[in-house]
Amino acid sequence: MGLEAKLTKDGFITTTIDAVIAWARKNSVYPMPMGISCCAIEMIAATDPKYDIARFGSEVMRFTPRQCDLMIVAGTVTYKMAQVVRRIYDQMPEPKWVIAMGACTSSGGMYRSYNVVQGIDQFLPVDVYTAGCPPRPDNLLNALMTIQAKIGKTKARDFQDKPMVDLELARN
Amino acid sequence: MDTKELIINSVQEKFSKAVEEISDFRNDLSITIAKDKLLDATKFLKEDSNLQFVMCKDVTAIDWATRKNRFTTVYHIYSFKLNFTLRLKVNIEENPPVVESVVSVWASAEWYERETFDMYGIEFLNHPDLRRMYMPEGFEYHPLRKDFPLLGIPGSMPLPEKME
Amino acid sequence: MQKTSNVYSDEKLYKKLLEDKNITIEDALENEMVINMGPQHPATHGVLRLVLRLDGETIVKAIPELGYLHRGYEKMAENMSFVEFIPHTDRLDYTATMCNNVAYVLAVEKLAGIEAPKRAQYIRMIMAELSRIAGHLIAIGTFAMDVGAITMVMWTFRERERIQEIFDRVAGARFTTSYTRIGGVASDVDDEAFKMIKNFLDTFEPALKEMDDLMLHNRIFIERLEGIGILTKEDAIALGVTGPNLRATGVEYDVRRANPYLFYNEMDFKIPIYTEGDCLARYFLRGDEVRESVKILYQCLDKLPQGEVMANDPKKVLPHKTEIYSRMEELIHDFMIINKGINPPVGDSYFSVENPKGELGFYIVSNGEGQPWKMKIRSPSFCNLQTLPLVCKGQMISDVIAIIGSLDPVMGEADK
Repeated sequence: MGLEAKLTKDGFITTTIDAVIAWARKNSVYPMPMGISCCAIEMIAATDPKYDIARFGSEVMRFTPRQCDLMIVAGTVTYKMAQVVRRIYDQMPEPKWVIAMGACTSSGGMYRSYNVVQGIDQFLPVDVYTAGCPPRPDNLLNALMTIQAKIGKTKARDFQDKPMVDLELARN
Repeated sequence: MDTKELIINSVQEKFSKAVEEISDFRNDLSITIAKDKLLDATKFLKEDSNLQFVMCKDVTAIDWATRKNRFTTVYHIYSFKLNFTLRLKVNIEENPPVVESVVSVWASAEWYERETFDMYGIEFLNHPDLRRMYMPEGFEYHPLRKDFPLLGIPGSMPLPEKME
Repeated sequence: MQKTSNVYSDEKLYKKLLEDKNITIEDALENEMVINMGPQHPATHGVLRLVLRLDGETIVKAIPELGYLHRGYEKMAENMSFVEFIPHTDRLDYTATMCNNVAYVLAVEKLAGIEAPKRAQYIRMIMAELSRIAGHLIAIGTFAMDVGAITMVMWTFRERERIQEIFDRVAGARFTTSYTRIGGVASDVDDEAFKMIKNFLDTFEPALKEMDDLMLHNRIFIERLEGIGILTKEDAIALGVTGPNLRATGVEYDVRRANPYLFYNEMDFKIPIYTEGDCLARYFLRGDEVRESVKILYQCLDKLPQGEVMANDPKKVLPHKTEIYSRMEELIHDFMIINKGINPPVGDSYFSVENPKGELGFYIVSNGEGQPWKMKIRSPSFCNLQTLPLVCKGQMISDVIAIIGSLDPVMGEADK
């Protein structure tokens, strides 16, 4: 591996702090599975022995928002559920990213009806959209790799001064 | 054929004036009963020793939109003894849509009637807990009525604000 | 801000929750709490909200609240033709997708008076039983995971992946397949797929035995679940429970025997019954049902006839793609069926099948046009969830997880 080779040669590596922090962040993304409907089954399938998500660093799926940095919204979001999703998103500490998994979260999917929000980007900032109904687990892993590439380009000072969201305000 | 005749004869014997229509379409028997005799008819169907319709599988309603009796509530009940699913229908007028609740006969009707109330606005008298089922409590409309649009009424359910 | 609190308020729910105030509390300190087991919870099998009123750790009253996944299926069905609704039925019980497809097309075929050919019926039976195995595997796996045995979900999903490879080969999609059509199935199954099914069945039995050795004699598992969440026979019948939950209380009711559809009356299979009605009985019952499904599958593979897979009824059944592109009448029929829809006669009909979760029924009212006037989906999970307030009363709060897992609700169909 590159790191060990460099260390045994000189005993030193030179890099920027930003690169190290970004490398650490992107290889240990803990997802918060917001599993609402059918896409949740494919998300669980992404953790099963065939499409192992743990080899990408997402070892556990913590179901508490305070310990995660990636929210995977998997399933149709209705107006009633949107309030809940938003509240959970606000409880996650910075830095955080969102994957919109499937057609329902990207744009309402095949449900053009009175109770389905036509895309979660109406109330959440989304980083990666995944197509499919439901997307194959390989597709979700591709989305995860895209997020990892995005995290790899961030700098640590981007997240320095972001205030913690006051929940009373966010619940409006 | 025997089972259907047994049911039709037993019901017509006791409730001959209240039975409005009997139909046998695609091998399904369905009996339309007058609104005021609903509770008596359902009690009879459950407790009669030859019939024993003990399980209520479903309660729903149909909105006919332009007919004089705008709604029809439909009950699907099942008897283990006869191995038969019967359909009961009751015609209800529009202003106001009220009908007796059958929760005292079959306990499973509680949630089914709540769902029918939520979707159609039909009020069930003597229901122990008539709240909305799917839509939030303060929602003002009834979605499955024919005059409610498929895409909903904008502004009826607010979304959280996007803070960015 | 005012509008939000008016629409999303919970006043009536709390009023119902705090209704009976006659619990006796020995201590001077109030032990009563109202806890919200919210829609986002690792163990509530989807978005189910439970509001619990606790006396210490014992539950005094539990009120479930649904509607967080209400997508408006019944309203959408009134605005689209019968064929267009088939992909929507996939997403009803999304753990056993082919079963819902089969149920819906059988209901429409009953209303319209179409009969599918024999080979199509056998293929539908094979797919439905494979789906039943897949659905029960998820139920077993996630239930065991909820009570602490996390290995089971990995093992059951590994087996499920093999079923999904079969679906991928047959229908083109591994999960939401929309494989059946009104009048038959979309395409024929080739020999390679049958070899895969046979291979799966031969290697499935040892895998099941491995899972049984892990769980069935495990003392912690049995003591955790025995006597928890007892549902009596009379309560189950009064509350309209169907499926494995009803058979675990001792009632022998299976739609495949009571009202046979497809060719189940020619198959030889047992209906497992348990009488205790607790969580453990429901768990064992699902394992037994998987074994019966394997038996049915072996018989179907032996008896499968040759022939067509779509019925020959030009005005109602979609013609084959090669004929549409080359012949005039088929093109016209295809145009009319897709745009105007099949026009069943005026009337209504109810048809139900045995889904892994219970009895799934479709009540379709037609007024002669291509779109149904009304469609009601009688979903088993909705009816099974109605027993939650009764079964949870008096149990500890950590037993609620086990009870929900054993009742096995799927919110996609409970909320429609």
